Amino acid sequence: MQETTATREAYGQALVELGRRYSEVVVLDADLSKSTRTALFAGEFPLRFFNLGISEADMMGTAAGLAASGYIPFASTFGVFATGRVYDQIRNSIAYPRLNVKIVATHTGITVGEDGASHQALEDIALMRVLPNMTVVAPADGYQTAQAVKAIAAYNGPVYLRLGRPKVPRVIPPELPFTLGKAQLLRPGRDLTLVAAGIMVGIALEAAALLQAEGLEAAVLNMHTIKPLDGDLLLQQAMRTGAVVTAEEHSIIGGLGGAVAELLGESYPVPVLRAGIRDIFGQSGTPEALMQKYGLTAQALVQLARAAVQMKSQNSKV
Amino acid sequence: MVKDSAASDLLKNGSTGARPEERTETGGKNLTLLSKTDLEVLSSKAVSLRRDILTMIHNAASGHPGGSLSVIDILVILYYKVMRVDPLNPTDRERDRLVFSKGHACPALYAVLADRGFFPSAYLEQFRRLDSPLQGHPDMRKTPGVDFSTGSLGQGLSAANGMALAARLDGSPRRVYVVLGDGEIQEGQVWEAALTTAHYRLDNLTAFLDYNGLQIDGWVRDVKSLEPVAAKWKAFGWHVLECDGHDYALLLEAVQRARANRGAPTIIIAKTVKGKGVPFMENREEWHGTAPGKEDLARALSALQ
Repeated sequence: MQETTATREAYGQALVELGRRYSEVVVLDADLSKSTRTALFAGEFPLRFFNLGISEADMMGTAAGLAASGYIPFASTFGVFATGRVYDQIRNSIAYPRLNVKIVATHTGITVGEDGASHQALEDIALMRVLPNMTVVAPADGYQTAQAVKAIAAYNGPVYLRLGRPKVPRVIPPELPFTLGKAQLLRPGRDLTLVAAGIMVGIALEAAALLQAEGLEAAVLNMHTIKPLDGDLLLQQAMRTGAVVTAEEHSIIGGLGGAVAELLGESYPVPVLRAGIRDIFGQSGTPEALMQKYGLTAQALVQLARAAVQMKSQNSKV
Repeated sequence: MVKDSAASDLLKNGSTGARPEERTETGGKNLTLLSKTDLEVLSSKAVSLRRDILTMIHNAASGHPGGSLSVIDILVILYYKVMRVDPLNPTDRERDRLVFSKGHACPALYAVLADRGFFPSAYLEQFRRLDSPLQGHPDMRKTPGVDFSTGSLGQGLSAANGMALAARLDGSPRRVYVVLGDGEIQEGQVWEAALTTAHYRLDNLTAFLDYNGLQIDGWVRDVKSLEPVAAKWKAFGWHVLECDGHDYALLLEAVQRARANRGAPTIIIAKTVKGKGVPFMENREEWHGTAPGKEDLARALSALQ
């Protein structure tokens, strides 16, 4: 049976490991520690855990003050409350002074599910990506989440780490090293490149298998670090395959698809089709039903892939 | 005199939840008093700093004179009598810290930091200019001695709480000071943070409220009243002191009482005058964010002798 773990669960466990190794790691939460799994850290290191209650703005500012005094704070809550709700606090108290705060959001994207649109962060990557000094990371599975937590702790600067609520299958092969800002070519291919982040990486791999059955070889790029974007590997793949499909559990505006289209538009224009939420709010439903409804399935990626390849051949006829 | 609001009925009947044994020791013992010479030195220092503030804003042709002049005496007592800081080692982990939450009044902070030797006085001429180390609002990455970047109001107390928690984790006796504007505390985050300071019993933190009564659009009481402001902070679990924010002896006494208080943070509600020291600017909201022209500067400087 395939191994599945929620990225938030992997985060909670990785934090405890980190706490044992580094005394300067402290953790803040805003009354959601059981859901974000920071409760695991709180249980082992009660003096280094601060529950700020339901006041996320105060949590971000407190984290900034701890960072300004040499600590490495991890501040966690759900994606909607970790970004839009506290945007000015992140902008002015964390990103602008380049403080070493790790904002770790769980419950991002449409897979929040039944709680509905108010709780589904579909714009968080865009909001964080536009801030100078901010690094944005969306790991593909629980294994990669643990690697990412270690990597961002070792990096000095503000980071937004985007995690989810549901269990996701393990997609990262054993021993594949994780480097901030370095994308991973999980599968080579010559006909097009699927660029994915977060839980869409596993779905992109599924899509690539389906495409192979119909004779299309799709490369799969895991762009776990959305900012800074790995332009070198992206360009290399765009040149090799001539068509790109992006996949993210996020709005098609301003996120991974936006970043990829911006970079390729300026340096090597090829067709770029974006899978994601098409500029609308979400709704209640099971995560599976919502992923289906909003086109975040392997089948939907296959259709976009065919279209991208067709655009490529049309372009070459001109 | 310093009015100790902790002794009020509100606290005595326990309605704030503060424990009586945590109330302040206010016997007046162990207080360092200012000598007549000290007072003269501080007063003449403040005159010179007020001149720097107005000259700086005039040169930049922009900035906030009113709130800079109301807060300067608080900074004078902190930077010349209270805080343990080393201008030659401005990032020393063991230094006391100041979060200047009403960042728009930074000409006052810059004047003091320059005078204390954190950076050359020549920097003051660059205030608000392109590529200057002295930004329009404080930038901790550009200006030596600035402990936190501020400017967007309402965020400083949260950061100060983080610094106070850090000092506690370090087991360090260092202290954290934060200066809030009165209009600023209309921001909701201040009250989220006020709950945090009290909840974590951060008695290593002292806040000042620069209560000059004016904000950009007029009197605070007309725009959105804060009163009863002392009762609000008490109800949030703080030890509250009130004094004249231009009287060095009283400010120093208040700081010392704050330091002696255990188990709860202290806020010193400093009654101040916006534009203090320049008669034609005093209590006038139009001097909140207007730079004095050549003539006004000359008039102001002649009043500051």
